[in-house]
Amino acid sequence: MSSRLQTQARPDSLLINMGPSHPAMHGAVRIMLELDGERILNSEVEVGYLHRGFEKTCENRTYFNLLIYTDRLNYVSPLINNVGYVMTVEKLLGLNIPERAQYIRVLMSELSRISDHLTCLAAMAMECGAFTVFLYNMKAREFLWDVIEATTGARMTTSYIRIGGVRADLQADYEAAVQKGLAETRKVLKDVHGLLDKNKIFLNRTRDIGVMSPENALSYGWTGPALRSTGIAYDVRKAHPYLFYDRMNFDIPTGERGDNFDRYMVRMREMEQSLRIVEQCLAQIPKAERGLMVDGMEPAEAIRAARTQKPDRPIKLSPNLEGSEKAVTKDILADDRRVTIPPKEETYTSIEGLISHFKFFMKGHGIRPPKGEAYLSVEGGNGELGYYIVSDGTDRPYRLHLRAPCLPLLAALEDLIKGRMLADIIPTFGSMNIILGELDR
Amino acid sequence: MEETAILDALKERFPKGVVEASVPLGDATVVIRRDALLAIIPFLKEKPYEFAVLLDLTCVDYPERAERFEMVYHLFSLVTNKRLRIKLSVPESAAVVDSLVRFWKNADWLEREVFDMFGVRFAGHPNLRRLFMNDDFEGHPLRKDYPLRKRQPMIQLRK
Repeated sequence: MSSRLQTQARPDSLLINMGPSHPAMHGAVRIMLELDGERILNSEVEVGYLHRGFEKTCENRTYFNLLIYTDRLNYVSPLINNVGYVMTVEKLLGLNIPERAQYIRVLMSELSRISDHLTCLAAMAMECGAFTVFLYNMKAREFLWDVIEATTGARMTTSYIRIGGVRADLQADYEAAVQKGLAETRKVLKDVHGLLDKNKIFLNRTRDIGVMSPENALSYGWTGPALRSTGIAYDVRKAHPYLFYDRMNFDIPTGERGDNFDRYMVRMREMEQSLRIVEQCLAQIPKAERGLMVDGMEPAEAIRAARTQKPDRPIKLSPNLEGSEKAVTKDILADDRRVTIPPKEETYTSIEGLISHFKFFMKGHGIRPPKGEAYLSVEGGNGELGYYIVSDGTDRPYRLHLRAPCLPLLAALEDLIKGRMLADIIPTFGSMNIILGELDR
Repeated sequence: MEETAILDALKERFPKGVVEASVPLGDATVVIRRDALLAIIPFLKEKPYEFAVLLDLTCVDYPERAERFEMVYHLFSLVTNKRLRIKLSVPESAAVVDSLVRFWKNADWLEREVFDMFGVRFAGHPNLRRLFMNDDFEGHPLRKDYPLRKRQPMIQLRK
């Protein structure tokens, strides 16, 4: 079937494809272009090359199991996706989360946001020819991901935020690692400001290019840094505070013109605000009650002892089960057997714990939110990341819909590049931070 | 309850159009008749409510219901900082809803997505094509009767 662009094209214009496999297309988007010389007369964006049926898959997985699919949406900030999904389920369940877990979620969200912005700007700058910025940003991101890796055990596929809390507590030395990451990021931000802010080449390619008016931005449903670059100070963290964002002191940076440069600048300044939030988190986070389990019983010994009576000493768990000890879970997981896995010692040494464990994982049992529907959104790297879940009372969502912040952004691309030069697509597309994993679902 | 103010206003203004209004889990929700949509949206877009953003537009499939598809709209107002959920039902035999493209530009892609995934058509949409799936795709994947593991490869798979 020929597209609208093909049927309506002028006979003397040139039709070319940009993508789906193009180094600057961040995944796989196809932009069909009608060109007059280097000027774009019309364009048509085609998405779906990365569609993998996220929503259909989720309808067929239990609430616990589908968490891993949310990692793969916006793969640069998977922790924010986790937070959004988990909080929507918690809204359906009406759960209360321990304070420490909520602070950990804020901390992880902000670290993810910084790494998301760093990645976006790295790619954008590299596509404009500033390879140094790319390397600097990637270096800073590594330090942040060191913290994420030490805490969650993975760099991207984290699945760390769990319904009821988080999977494991922070590492003992996390504070030093976070401070190191913050210091490195600050240094990089300063360098990048120096490299790009007054750089003639960068300015020529970003200033007054891809300009969006506030009215159009709203009509397109833009949110996040892209909307704020047009001057509208809407941020989910301020407008509908979730977690402990109402306890945090931070500003919402806005732009004035809504062009590529403003989108770059808003992201840069937002990272500084996120650094502030992380620092406040470090100061406010309540101390964990646990001590390290060094002198506990060996698991095999505990299981033997449990045959006759309940063991009275703490049990040393294998490193693979780190974070599921009784002493840890009370700080970071809600005390509600309907929705959380019991601590491993209970599972192994008591019949009640074993039954709770089985009930959690058995088909048709597990987490079963009451009938109803909920929409909840968090501020993702690109804007309002919303989940709409319809529950029919079973252990699987009847319908799960993701409001991907990228979709409205990309929908506006045709308007932004119309009448501009071919080369303007690259910084415009780059400044919007299109993540196809999230857009195509 | 502040959430109910907009619901009361809607009930008063459109006594026939509004079927039900409630606030489940803190989300203001209004169920309307599908022929009232084009009358209600301009009312919501104007002062004092000014729902300037169409956050989301999606559909839920209930095969056992007489009116199988339920459209779900999420609006947001920057002025009042409130969200509103609008729901309406569509039967499978006449699965056509009025398009909102004239009110919001992002309705274009969102409606194409719903058409792609559920087969609900939108009257007045300028370019109603599939968004994610290819044009030759048969069926609508998010309908409950579409099998989870059905494959429609575009090239011959190796045996």
